Formats: sequence, structure tokens, C-alpha cells
Amino acid sequence: MTRFALTLLALSCLAGPALAGVADDSITLGMPLEPPVLDPTASAAAAVKEVTYGNIFQGLTRITEAGTVAPLLAKSWTISPDGLTYSFALQTGVTFHDGAPFDCSNVKFSYERAQAPDSTNAQKGFFEPIAGIACPDPAHAVITLKRPTGLFLNNMAAGDASIFSPASVATNKTHPIGTGPFMFKSWIKGDRVELVRNPHYWGTPAKLASATFRFISDPSAATAAILAGDLDAFPLFPAPESLDVIRKDPRFAVVIGTTQGKTIMAVNDARKPFDDVRVRRALAYAIDRKALIEALGGLGQPIGSHFIPGNPGYVDLVGAYPYDPAKAQSLLAEAGVKPGTEVTIKLPPPGYARRGGEVIAAMLEQVGLKAKLVPVEWAQWLDQVFKQSDFDLTIIAHVEPNDLDIYARDKYYFNYHSPEYKALYQKYVETTDAAARLDLLGQLQRKLSEDEPNIFLFALPKVGVWNAKLTGLWHNQPIFANDLSNVAWSK
Amino acid sequence: MNGFLARRIIGLALTLLAASLVVFLVLQVLPGDPASLMLDTQARADTLAALRHQLGLDRPAWLRYVTWVWGLLHGDLGQSYTYSVPVAELVRQRVMVSLPLAVMSILLSTGIAIPVGTLSAAGRGRRADVALMGMSQLGMALPNFWLGILLILVFAVALPLFPAGGFVGWDKGAWPALRCLVLPACALALPQAAILSRVTRSAVLETLGQDYVRTALSKGLSGQAALWRHAVPNALIPVVTIIGLQFSFLLAGTVIIENVFALPGLGRLVFQAIAQRDLIVVQDLVVLLAGSVIVVNFLVDLAYLALDPRIARDGAR
Repeated sequence: MTRFALTLLALSCLAGPALAGVADDSITLGMPLEPPVLDPTASAAAAVKEVTYGNIFQGLTRITEAGTVAPLLAKSWTISPDGLTYSFALQTGVTFHDGAPFDCSNVKFSYERAQAPDSTNAQKGFFEPIAGIACPDPAHAVITLKRPTGLFLNNMAAGDASIFSPASVATNKTHPIGTGPFMFKSWIKGDRVELVRNPHYWGTPAKLASATFRFISDPSAATAAILAGDLDAFPLFPAPESLDVIRKDPRFAVVIGTTQGKTIMAVNDARKPFDDVRVRRALAYAIDRKALIEALGGLGQPIGSHFIPGNPGYVDLVGAYPYDPAKAQSLLAEAGVKPGTEVTIKLPPPGYARRGGEVIAAMLEQVGLKAKLVPVEWAQWLDQVFKQSDFDLTIIAHVEPNDLDIYARDKYYFNYHSPEYKALYQKYVETTDAAARLDLLGQLQRKLSEDEPNIFLFALPKVGVWNAKLTGLWHNQPIFANDLSNVAWSK
Repeated sequence: MNGFLARRIIGLALTLLAASLVVFLVLQVLPGDPASLMLDTQARADTLAALRHQLGLDRPAWLRYVTWVWGLLHGDLGQSYTYSVPVAELVRQRVMVSLPLAVMSILLSTGIAIPVGTLSAAGRGRRADVALMGMSQLGMALPNFWLGILLILVFAVALPLFPAGGFVGWDKGAWPALRCLVLPACALALPQAAILSRVTRSAVLETLGQDYVRTALSKGLSGQAALWRHAVPNALIPVVTIIGLQFSFLLAGTVIIENVFALPGLGRLVFQAIAQRDLIVVQDLVVLLAGSVIVVNFLVDLAYLALDPRIARDGAR
């Protein structure tokens, strides 16, 4: 079906489609998935943040396109030498979209709500280190921590740490009210969400008067909507197979950037024979990452640990396990794994898993392992693999930034237990000196590469397609967001 | 006639009860938990427990079933887990897309199929018949999603007459909303018209061979008049049966076309709700769709009565 559609697309492009009229102060963006709600503290779904982050809701701090932390509702801050007290100076003259004022009481309210026993915040862990929030005056917030937390300012920049008004907290799921440059206008469930410029915005007003997010999951529908000019941008374009067609059309820009997605073949380290590090290393030697990436469209970047190239502190460990089937075979033999041993790979729905699984199965075959592929739906994956650790191998992209902590947890689905790693991670968490933190990040990556608890494959690329006249859209995706505050049409 | 109605209503109630029980049990067995889907991979155990409590998922299954059915009996469909809005509101929005789409497709396919099938039958074996039936063969072989993509590429991308997908909502006016439904309705209607025209053709052929048509012709009625006044009306029973089946399919079986055109219809809602384990929405929709199939079948039966009074006489003993 896809190949035929492609041919047709190519033909229809030859026919020279007319350019749909471009209004110079509005934008229509495509997203593959619809957010279930519009309250970023009520759902972990990335789509919620892709609509609301930086547009409707704001936090004390924000993540920039470069992945760094910048001030937002907090103008500035100081950190006590022991790393336990954060004093924030807040922006003044800020109001919520319903007119409610913003001050320190909103910070206290929002964070205490996220910490509460009945809180259903998906990132409740971010708030756990907070010992207390004090408001010396409305324009200042003083937050004390139970222990030094190096990532605290990063965490408070997450959509899950957005600042709410008590007046609108109950209705934010369907009618979000924040402090951002855009206000919610309407939501046609299953089709679109419309935002309009906030005329009373406290900062630099948005250049766009309105923005519409449309939800299109079908790859050929997404391609058609772009080609027909129904959409101005598709920041996470779901049809990599149509890129060649779109690249040839001068109306569009195809922008390949980075995400924080670490695509790995997760290994159940508690299950035989994978509890033997030699077997895991053999798997790492058995996989030709370059060929795998090529088979998936050629856009990803190989990784050698659970870390994204380009992030501060990155250590290049891609060469640690070069493609070497002979070495893989001898390691397997050494570990007593007989040729013809059957292993199961559970594959969730994304293309990198389903298509990647077939490629990897063929590579494992080369070293004498018989890989059985089991496609699972997302709900099944969460239940069987993630919750019950009932799997041998699975292919998955871990998309959260700064998630080296998952290897330090007592209970996590791939069952990696290393006291040395845990100690190292603890040290990293408690260190606030920047240089020392970077050094520790390097040590953590090396430890993971050495133990190879999972097989690190490649960094998930961000494929964006948009009208060539649009400026200000993020090329990279340090977090899930479509920050529209700087987006404009060039003349 | 009253007995007929009463039997129908009891049948409807029993079918709905059975459907509700089956869907509830199946969803209990299905792996996957709505709360863990909502919180994803960073969730802590206490957060998960709090959400499960909030959604009422920590209550025993029988209690959840009884509360749900009790709610249904009072016209309360409950609250969607993922969307956090009343299911009734979700369904109402989706029906406003699916129902007009289904009606448009049925009108279109019937409008094409009955004349085509009748003309084919009247000119049996002639060039027009061969050509029309050849086209209908092609129409049956075409998958509707493929036809959908083709229509988008021609009428939205190459000639921007219609939107490539999406639905603007009825509050933007009747024409902008209908414009969004034209291409999907064609994609759905053409393959169905192909089937329906074949059914029409063979039904009309059969009635054309009947004694009453010969009598009509022999008493001097023109061929055309005999065809339209005697043969076609008597051929409508199988045609109406197929239309009924196609309409039931159109209400929720159009998930692929809805995906191709990014339409927020009932089919996509079911699909989404299953993937998200939005159990209450799946349960409600299965019961509603079972109910609508029964109602459509009932309407088809009523149409039989109108088309053939003999059925009323014999069936209402």
C-alpha cells in the first residue's frame, strides 16, 4: 500500500499542486496522537505536553531548544552552598488566562498538590525531595530540599511541574488555564485543538495570532495533509517513507534533529542466559547498528550507552562493541549457550521496534540464536514487559531526558542490579558542582557500557516537516514540546 | 403487530444484556491496565494506586459491572478514563460525524446501485451490461482505504477541491462540514455500490422472469413501464436487506477510512479506546452498536412489511 501511495504522491507532485493560501499570523500543526486531556499534571502522554508546554502552561524554569535550563516564571534564583535551599525571584505582573493573579502562593499550591498522597502526577518523584515551600513575600519563593538534587531545576522545568491557579485546577483537563503566551480556545475531540494569542501576556507576545493542532496518525493521511497544504507543519512527521517526495518540493523544509529517545534492545537481566554479562556482550557484538539504522531509514545515530550524543557529559562508547559475529559466537559458546537456542523478542507497535525486530532477528540468527518475534500492543507491553518483567528481549525507545536513574532503581523491568552503579548514581545526584557532575555522568555511561544491561542501539531522530517560510520551530526535541512562542512566518 | 413489537423489544433487551456481559468479561481478561497506560513508564507505585482508586479500578469486578449496567439503565454512560469527560458527550460528538457519513454513503451507493443494477438487468448480456458489471467487479475488488488515498491525491492534493482530511465541526456551518465528508463518503460508497448493483441486477433478473411481468408485457405495457412498475418494486427485498447490513457496518466499521481521512468518528473512538484500555468507553460503545444493529434490522423488517404486504399478513398471526 505504501509503495503504491508513494508512486501516486510522486505523480501528483508532477501535476503541480496549487499552494494553499497561507495566512501570515496563524499556523496549523499536525501531531500523530491526540492528547487524552490538556492538563500536563494529569497524564504522562507526550501529546499533552506537545500542545501545552510553553504555550499554555509555564513553570518556574523552562527547557530551551538546546536542552538547557532557562528562567521563566522565576526571573532568577540563588542556591545555598549546601545545595538545599533554592530562592527564586518570581516574575511580577503575571496573570492567568482567566485573570487570576500569579504569585508565590501558586507555586506552593502547585508543588504541594503534586506531592500530596492522592496526587496522580506521573512525575511525582520530581517533588519527593522537596521538604518545604515558603513565601516570604508574593514575589519570592524559597524551596528547601531534603537532600541535594542536581536535577532539581531541570525537573521543575517539566510540564508536570507547571504552575496552576487553584481557581482553574479542576477544569484544566478539558479547559486549560495557564500563564503562557497562548490561550485555549476550543477542542474538537478526535480532530483538533485551537489556541489563540494571549493579549495580556506578561512577556514578549507571541507572533502568531492563533495555532491549531490537528491529530493525524495515519502516515499516508499525514503526507496528504502536508502536500495539500492543510497543514503548515508536522514537527514529528510519522511517514519517513514519504520524505523523498517532500524533499523534492520546494514549498517544504525537511528538518532532521535529535530527540532524547534512546532506542535499546532491553534485556531481562534476571533471566537465564541473559544474567551472564558475556551473553549480553555477545548480543551487543552480534548487532550491526549501522545496518539496522540503514534499514530503518538511515536517520538515527548509533549509541554505546544510555545517553544521547551531543548532551553535556556525553562519552562516545559506540566503539565498545563493534559488529563482530565471530566474537559474539565465541562469547556465547564460552557462556554455554548452545547454537539454536530460542530467544523471544517482544515488539511494541512503533516502527523502530516492529521493523527493527525483524532486522535484529536476522542478525541474531547469524550468531546461532533463534529469535522468535512477538508483536504486542502498547497496553500489553506495559503489562507484560514493564510491569511483570515477563520477557527475554524487547525493543523500546526510552524517551525521557536524564533517565540514568532507571538503572539505579531497586525494581525496574530489565532487572539490572549493580551496587557500584547505584553508589555512583547516588554520588551524581548529590553533587552540585558542574564539572564534577559531568565527570560522574561519564563514569555512569562507562559502567553501563561495561555491564551492557541492555543493548544500546541508536538515538531516535526527530523528523520534522514544515512550510519553508516558517521560522522558530524547534529542530531538536530535548523534551516533548511544540514551543510556539517564537514561531513566525518569514516575509 | 403488537406481539411482533413486544417480541422484538424483549429480544433487544436480552441481546443488549448478553452483549454487555460478554464485552465486560472479555475486557477483564484482556491484559493491560488503563491507569498504567495513563501514567506511563515513570509512574511510581503509590501514584498508580492513587489513580486506580480515583478511577474506581480497585473495586471488585462484579461491583463495577453492576454499577455500570445500573448506570446504563438510568441513561448514564459513565466517565471516560482517558478523556475525563462523560462518555455520552464523546459519543454524541462522534455520532455527529459517523451518522451523517453513513447516511451520505448509503444514499450515494443506493443512488448509484439501483439504476445501474436495473439497467444491467434490463439489458442483460448487452454491451452496457457487460461494461457496468465489469466496473462493479472492479469496484468490489478495490479496498476502500486505497480508493480513499486515491481520492485524496486527486481531489485534495492535485486539485484542491476538498480538504485532505479532518473534520471542521458542524458549528462552522453545514457546507464546510459536509465538504469534509464528501471524499470519505465516496470512498465508502463506491465499493458498496458495486456489491449492491450486483444484488439489484440478479434480483431484477429474477422478477423479470416472473409470470406477472410477462402478463404485464402481454397486456401491452411497454418494456420500461413493466420494468420500473412491476419488476423493480418486487426485487427490492434482497436489496433492502443488503442496505441494512451495509448501514450497520457504516456506523462503526469504518475505522480504516476514518484513519485515512483523519475523521473523528465512532470507529476511531472504539479503536482508540481499545488501545488506551478506556474500558468504560469500549463497553458503552459495544452495547450501543449492538443496539443500533438491532434497531437497523428492525427497520429493515418494517421495510419488508411495506414492500410486501404478504409478510405482514403471515408474520402477524
